Amino acid sequence: MSKTLFDKVWDSHVVRKIDNGPDVLFIDRHLVHEVTSPVAFLGLKNRGIPVLYPERTFATADHNTPTRNQHLPVQDPLSANQLRALENNASEHGIPYWGLGHEKNGIVHVIGPENGITVPGATIVCGDSHTSTHGAFGAIAFGIGTSEVEMVLATQCIMQPKPKRMRININGSLNEAVTPKDVALYIISRLTTSGATGYFVEYAGEVFRNMSMEGRMTVCNLSIEMGARGGMMSPDEKTFEYVRGREFAPSGADWDSAMAYWKTLYSDADAVFDKEINFNGADIEPMITYGTNPGMGVGISRSIPKAESMEGGVATYRKSLEYMNFAEGEAMIGKQVDFVFLGSCTNGRIEDFRAFAKIVKGRKKADNVTAWLVPGSHKVEAAIREEGILDVLREAGFELREPGCSACLAMNDDKIPAGKYAVSTSNRNFEGRQGPGARTLLASPLVAAAAAVTGKVTDPRELLEPELA
Amino acid sequence: MAYDKFTVLKSTAVPLPIENVDTDQIIPARFLKATERKGFGDNLFRDWRYNPDNSPKEHFVLNNPIYQGKILVGGKNFGSGSSREHAAWAVYDYGFRCVVSSFFADIFRNNCLNVGVLPVQVSAAFLQRIFEAIEKDPGAELEVNLPEQTITLLPTGDKESFDINGYKKQNMLNGFDDIDYLLNMKEEIKSFAGDTPL
Repeated sequence: MSKTLFDKVWDSHVVRKIDNGPDVLFIDRHLVHEVTSPVAFLGLKNRGIPVLYPERTFATADHNTPTRNQHLPVQDPLSANQLRALENNASEHGIPYWGLGHEKNGIVHVIGPENGITVPGATIVCGDSHTSTHGAFGAIAFGIGTSEVEMVLATQCIMQPKPKRMRININGSLNEAVTPKDVALYIISRLTTSGATGYFVEYAGEVFRNMSMEGRMTVCNLSIEMGARGGMMSPDEKTFEYVRGREFAPSGADWDSAMAYWKTLYSDADAVFDKEINFNGADIEPMITYGTNPGMGVGISRSIPKAESMEGGVATYRKSLEYMNFAEGEAMIGKQVDFVFLGSCTNGRIEDFRAFAKIVKGRKKADNVTAWLVPGSHKVEAAIREEGILDVLREAGFELREPGCSACLAMNDDKIPAGKYAVSTSNRNFEGRQGPGARTLLASPLVAAAAAVTGKVTDPRELLEPELA
Repeated sequence: MAYDKFTVLKSTAVPLPIENVDTDQIIPARFLKATERKGFGDNLFRDWRYNPDNSPKEHFVLNNPIYQGKILVGGKNFGSGSSREHAAWAVYDYGFRCVVSSFFADIFRNNCLNVGVLPVQVSAAFLQRIFEAIEKDPGAELEVNLPEQTITLLPTGDKESFDINGYKKQNMLNGFDDIDYLLNMKEEIKSFAGDTPL
């Protein structure tokens, strides 16, 4: 019987099917961080049970960590306590832990792929909704709650009804300055923030084929923002090349048998999806959001839609614009920007810093902008130095902070002040997400860089050198 | 973690007729620093409920004493965004046992089921009738009957049935959680794992 990519991976991990109930799904690899794990470990303690397969779980500190002076003790006592709890739990249960300052430390969805924990055909979970990132490798990866973190620790399984299947096809070529982030924001703006709820998405078509692994991760990362459980792409030579030789990836004879399996991971030609959606790559322009959910995005040259043209509640829409202090019909270009945030599991990888540097090179940071540039991991940070990007950034008046989730969710001190506008490369523009009262405009690293040097929302196409033919 | 059994709940309800209520609103990230599951109800809807100086915002529904009850009724796409189970904990800890909406985000719905909060999905029209009934009379009661899988708007007798899978229904009725089930099949899991490369 023909199967989708998703079916192939899911079905091969079902330990037991329950009638009129969920599947018991085996989890190959489990990532944990400090915020959503302590109550799960406490649960194990209360039940007096061990971690079943500690070698399948990997722990890092990222959400609740400072991005400055990481060599010093963490100042906030609650944060310090939470970090200590993870360190103790990992040590007690024999789980590898990459804490602050460790060379492998960084955002959980950046370090998974970097270290070869993320491989095609695997099931990967983490107590974080952006776990969908790992789907870029042809893995089934999704976010879970803390009760499920406890289940994975205790039994290496979770219980989930099998989601429906959706395929999003985008063919054609992308326009200048249109990045994977723009492709994702475009899809979400068309599907809305709940348009893929109940589905697992496969991204297909030449637009995704042509993307780098980093770009694919950005797209899969944002699957949750249209409500999808996760998103994935069929692995190809780019995927295998990326994975090969990484520390926790298979090697030797294991590599060969893994490759034999990985090469079967595609949707069969006549596989059936519950829903199939097509877009044209040429229709996409650099995107920016104007509201308080990631579905509220427009092409940067457009204006804010009228309430009447929106699906759904007018009252909710107006409440959102009121929070942003924006009015229907206003142009996005030229809007004031106070902060720029480059980073997060969405856009905190080396390519994102390369893109940002491409625009700021030879220019200066605008005086009215505070910029926070936060690499996704120490390895990203090292590459930024090695490639000379740090010099470009410094000459333009920017500095680099230390790795972590930072202002994406503002659990640490990196909070955008109330009423201020931030162009952010992160994933959520919810009310207060980047700090109580903060106003977020989600965009690509190119749009963020254009805002950082001009002090306002600016079309990055105006600042890019024409590509030589 | 075990929770109270859920069978039939008859209660007034608290209306929140806003769409796309995300889990950052239900509980902002800065309140996720605890290492125990305690006191999250105090920060439920923190930034909608309190001013920066911690004084209550008088127009927010949780600060209006005429709205009480164990049922929270929210607009479409309730619980989107972050997977933080703390959102479901906050809802439970505040005293809600049931959330009604015309559409739920996936992870939030799942988290609710795992912590003893029953998510009840109704039609958009029924949701509208609930909001209207509460607006007319904040004392209007709802009856959520899990064994029958029905929700009834008592003042009008309007009734709708709702879906829940049979396995989760039994868990809610008995106060069981998934870990009990999984621990009972540990040998089966181990034999499955034996065939699965790391």
